[in-house]
Amino acid sequence: MAQIFKPSANTIAQVSLLGGAIVPLSVGLGIAALSRSPANTKVGVPLNQPVPFSHEHHVGQLGIDCRYCHTSVEKSAFAGFPPTETCMSCHSQIWTNSPLLEPVRKSYETGTPIRWTKVNKVPEFVFFNHSIHVNRGINCNTCHGAVNDMNITWKGNSFQMAWCLQCHRAPERYLHENEADTAAGLTPRQQVFNLYWKFQQDGVKHLDAHEQDLISGEDPVSFDKDEIAKGRKLVNKYGVKTQQLADCWICHR
Amino acid sequence: MSRWAPPSSYLVKAAILSGIAAASAGCHTDMWRQPKLAPLSESTLFPDGQASRPFVPGTIPRGYLREDSAFYTGFVNKKLVTKIPIPVTLQLLKRGQERFNIYCSPCHGRLGDGEGMIAHRGFSIRRKPGDYHTDRLRTMPIGHFYDVITNGYGAMFSYASRVEPHDRWAIAAYIRVLQLSQHATPAEYAEAGGPATTTP
Ligand code: HEC
Ligand code: HEC
Ligand code: HEC
Ligand code: HEC
Ligand code: HEC
Ligand code: HEC
Repeated sequence: MAQIFKPSANTIAQVSLLGGAIVPLSVGLGIAALSRSPANTKVGVPLNQPVPFSHEHHVGQLGIDCRYCHTSVEKSAFAGFPPTETCMSCHSQIWTNSPLLEPVRKSYETGTPIRWTKVNKVPEFVFFNHSIHVNRGINCNTCHGAVNDMNITWKGNSFQMAWCLQCHRAPERYLHENEADTAAGLTPRQQVFNLYWKFQQDGVKHLDAHEQDLISGEDPVSFDKDEIAKGRKLVNKYGVKTQQLADCWICHR
Repeated sequence: MSRWAPPSSYLVKAAILSGIAAASAGCHTDMWRQPKLAPLSESTLFPDGQASRPFVPGTIPRGYLREDSAFYTGFVNKKLVTKIPIPVTLQLLKRGQERFNIYCSPCHGRLGDGEGMIAHRGFSIRRKPGDYHTDRLRTMPIGHFYDVITNGYGAMFSYASRVEPHDRWAIAAYIRVLQLSQHATPAEYAEAGGPATTTP
């Protein structure tokens, strides 16, 4: 009987086996890479706003507390946007002729709210709550990036599920307290906001290593054994339910 | 020699799985935008375009019955209250300090002397934020401070929407602390256990 396959068929078979493995794999990895890239997640991309509001200016330089504008952040699920009245409490007296503030004045006169473009969003099937995170001393910059440096607000992290889970699975790598602040009687929640005040007063030099990471927008995760041990102490002190924190119902209810 | 299973069954499984993966990547829109309204979202139903509705005039939400005029207005029979209507504790003063630093210090400064950051950035040119250490304000009944926070004063806006009544009293109490602190005599200072200084 004549041979059906030529010897070269061996190579073809091997190459196609290999190709069969590599092509789907690289397509999969490609999609994964794409979905994590800024093109999809919009991390680090400033969005157009009706008024070029600058956190760098109002927080970093003027030292206004987050809660002056995002009043509900420490007691409710939402941080919320400030009503026009809040801007006008200052801008009725200062920079009253600035053309950049024209939409603010107009909104105040007509009573129609300014339409800010939302930068941070989770899908509506995800339950998120600000107050619990802030009350555990998790700084805004952990999730939002270096807000104190933003001229036009951008998104600091992807807010994809894997990103939330990397902390929910190991909160001890993120929880932190400033020992001097704790000794002075500041609660974890107060330390969140005190960081920006210290930064505005004394600059970045006088902050501890973890706080410097936060202020400069680095990921504040600790890999150091001692730091993790301290984090674990905080987990116990706050009574964080680590067993359940990564369960689906925590975020999908 | 053991027989090697035909690759086709693996390939079929792989093809089905990757088909599912590819198809499901594109089908998640309806749960992402659900037909519900969150605070601050917009609604076409109402003329002002806001989903959050203001109270209908005349309604009193649960817990918002404001019968106690001293506590909620700072006035009794049109006269300013002279005594804080809640117990003054260290905790209340600490709360007052925190709230003062958030909402008042940008203009009035952390000492209440009217030298805050915003005052320095041009606010004072038009209207200097009040200095709490004048004789007039030191002898002013405490209810005045509550009233200023609630209703504003001259160029200063009302802070009623951001500072709750209990916190307003806490701030008022803390303003008294600031006033005392700026007028303490060296003897009082020593009695309070402050660290020794060379400049009295
Ligand atoms: C003077 C008022 C003011 C202060 C103080 C302020 N913010 Fe904002 N913030 C705004 C306004 C207005 C917006 C909406 C416009 C924008 O996105 O830039 C905003 C938007 C944001 C957003 C993006 C929200 C979104 O998803 O669109 C974040 C995050 C934020 N602020 C965090 C902070 C933090 C953290 C602080 C304190 C360190 C702070 N803000 C202090 C006024 C303020
Ligand atoms: C506590 C006071 C305060 C509040 C509240 C405040 N600002 Fe400002 N803002 C300032 C000061 C002070 C400046 C000018 C800083 C300087 O001296 O350079 C400024 C500057 C600005 C500028 C730049 C103006 C220009 O012509 O360069 C914009 C835009 C602005 N603010 C928008 C806002 C908006 C929008 C809000 C409300 C969310 C707001 N501000 C709330 C104090 C405030
Ligand atoms: C654990 C992470 C995390 C921390 C810490 C955090 N945020 Fe957020 N923030 C989010 C997420 C997630 C959203 C999007 C929420 C949504 O879409 O419902 C958001 C949204 C916002 C918004 C947009 C308005 C809103 O309420 O949705 C503002 C403003 C904001 N955050 C400010 C702050 C401030 C100020 C702090 C610190 C006091 C802070 N955030 C701390 C995760 C965080
Ligand atoms: C830096 C760490 C960190 C990140 C990032 C983080 N969380 Fe959390 N989260 C915590 C901690 C700590 C708690 C407090 C748990 C406790 O005290 O039991 C918590 C609590 C919660 C709770 C409340 C759980 C309950 O018991 O009611 C929800 C909901 C939640 N997180 C959702 C999210 C979502 C959604 C994201 C991503 C957008 C996220 N978190 C990102 C640390 C984090
Ligand atoms: C810490 C909070 C958190 C927990 C716990 C969590 N998720 Fe999620 N999940 C999210 C967030 C945030 C998103 C939105 C991701 C995005 O925006 O791409 C999400 C999205 C999803 C999606 C939709 C993915 C997509 O791209 O369409 C599914 C399915 C899902 N989660 C299943 C689960 C399951 C199953 C569990 C339990 C094992 C779980 N989640 C636990 C936060 C969480
Ligand atoms: C945006 C700047 C600003 C902020 C923030 C502010 N004030 Fe004022 N305040 C002023 C100005 C300006 C005046 C002087 C008003 C005038 O004379 O027209 C004033 C005056 C006062 C006075 C003096 C009233 C009198 O009888 O002379 C008191 C008391 C006062 N403020 C308390 C407060 C308290 C309490 C807070 C915090 C809840 C606060 N202010 C926040 C700007 C501010």
